[in-house]
Amino acid sequence: MIELIQQIIDGLGRGGIYALLALGIAVIFGVMHLINFAHGELITVSAYTSYWLFASGLNWWFIAPTVIVVAVLTAVIIEFVAFRWVRGAPDFTMLMTSFGVHFLVQALFVMYVSANFRQFPRPGWIFDTWRIGGLSLEVFDLAVIAATLVTLLGTYWLLQRTMFGVSLRAAAEDFDTARLMGIRSNRVIRGAFVLSGVLAGVAAVFWLMRSGQAGPTAGLNPMLKGVLAALIGGLGSLSGAVLGGITLGLVEVLLISRLPGGTAGLTDGIVFLLIALLFVFRPQGLITVRRVERV
Amino acid sequence: MLNIESLVTRYGTITAVRDVGLTVRAGEVVCLIGPNGAGKTTLLATVAGLLRPSAGRVTLDDADVTGWAPDRMLRAGLALVPEHRRIFSDFTVRENLLVGGITQPASRRQELLDEMVSLFPILEERLSAPAGYLSGGEAQQLAIGRALMSDPAVLLMDEPSLGLAPVLVDQVFDLIGRLREGGRTLFVVEQNAKRMLAVADRAYVMRSGEIVADGPAAQLAASEDLFETYLGQSGGTA
Repeated sequence: MIELIQQIIDGLGRGGIYALLALGIAVIFGVMHLINFAHGELITVSAYTSYWLFASGLNWWFIAPTVIVVAVLTAVIIEFVAFRWVRGAPDFTMLMTSFGVHFLVQALFVMYVSANFRQFPRPGWIFDTWRIGGLSLEVFDLAVIAATLVTLLGTYWLLQRTMFGVSLRAAAEDFDTARLMGIRSNRVIRGAFVLSGVLAGVAAVFWLMRSGQAGPTAGLNPMLKGVLAALIGGLGSLSGAVLGGITLGLVEVLLISRLPGGTAGLTDGIVFLLIALLFVFRPQGLITVRRVERV
Repeated sequence: MLNIESLVTRYGTITAVRDVGLTVRAGEVVCLIGPNGAGKTTLLATVAGLLRPSAGRVTLDDADVTGWAPDRMLRAGLALVPEHRRIFSDFTVRENLLVGGITQPASRRQELLDEMVSLFPILEERLSAPAGYLSGGEAQQLAIGRALMSDPAVLLMDEPSLGLAPVLVDQVFDLIGRLREGGRTLFVVEQNAKRMLAVADRAYVMRSGEIVADGPAAQLAASEDLFETYLGQSGGTA
């Protein structure tokens, strides 16, 4: 029992990061119908930022907020340079554009920095554990869960209570009608990228604290997890993205801890198999996005 | 107030609106009637900025607004109640109204919200309800209220009675009558010619992308000719 509680907390820690990544992807998909395979590049750029800041002698207290700002700037630049020009193009064109950005950013780092991964120090406390009763909790998991909760609540408040949130949701439901209400396309889409950048930035801080390395493909794994989680949740559904992220984190941890010794490497394979099964029974993902024209 | 000159809109090689000219003066209710496929919705979409005209000019209060994007058109004073209402069904009724007033300062937005609630009492009790659950008639009132939240100089309406049960159709035309008494400037596209002519000041008749007749609504309503020749129906739809 105690073991299960520990695994659930571990899974929530992992799933929280996935949820933030998936939510950023879902926000962009909502307003643009773009599955942003370049979302991971925000993590890549954040990783190099962390590496260079460490090399200049700065610590995590400075690096964490800087990483979030850099992720936001990167998101805004990618929108301005790449996605603005294919807005309204067929979904497939936008998908290819996001692949293009993904490979271009990777190539730039290989060409101008190095193909090799570079290490930077992880904060000392991430391996600390707290003992409460019979539980031994990783401080890192608790920090991720707390940060995820705060970020999700902040996002919820933004979407529900501010006019920006209302216009973002309006644009996600019916872009043309949102424009008829006076919502400016450029502004709402840029806003969506800023939000996805903040979410990716928070996720990046924790992802990088755990991995402690920067490389041209540093963003690949987080991007795949985020896209998967968003798909599991039902693309375009924001609550689905969060649910999908948490589910993915929990399933991974429960699988790793239950697979017999030496077979933990099969985790990803089994996860994909489960996702395939999910789509056989619920092709729309966990949460159905309603897009019905009422007459 | 709203002036359209020699407007042409094309979809690829198809010309949906050919050389259309019309005028809506302040305080007038002007309607555009015509059979299905006449190009009425295309014309409205062009005026609202959703489609770009291939030629012609649209002016609002003497300002040239031709080819402006919808958000700019709205700020210039032109609001559209789109065909099929296009309510944000994931939103509450209140949020739908707030989106309509998104270009207004917060204090003015609240005033307008109160105004809409008194204009559409049915919406008051539903303010916190999801808009997706409204009946067709309520949704149409919400769509109109949402457009009025921008306090437009000219309100464009596309087929407000389409798909509504007869009793609700009555409500919609009552409402147009009330807006007219309130001094609103309206430009309404309607298939239900007979009912629309009864509440309009002037009318234009559109067929195959062109304006084929125009005049005072009462005069057009009295002309049997109109219904047979242009609308392809005798006596109009009930």
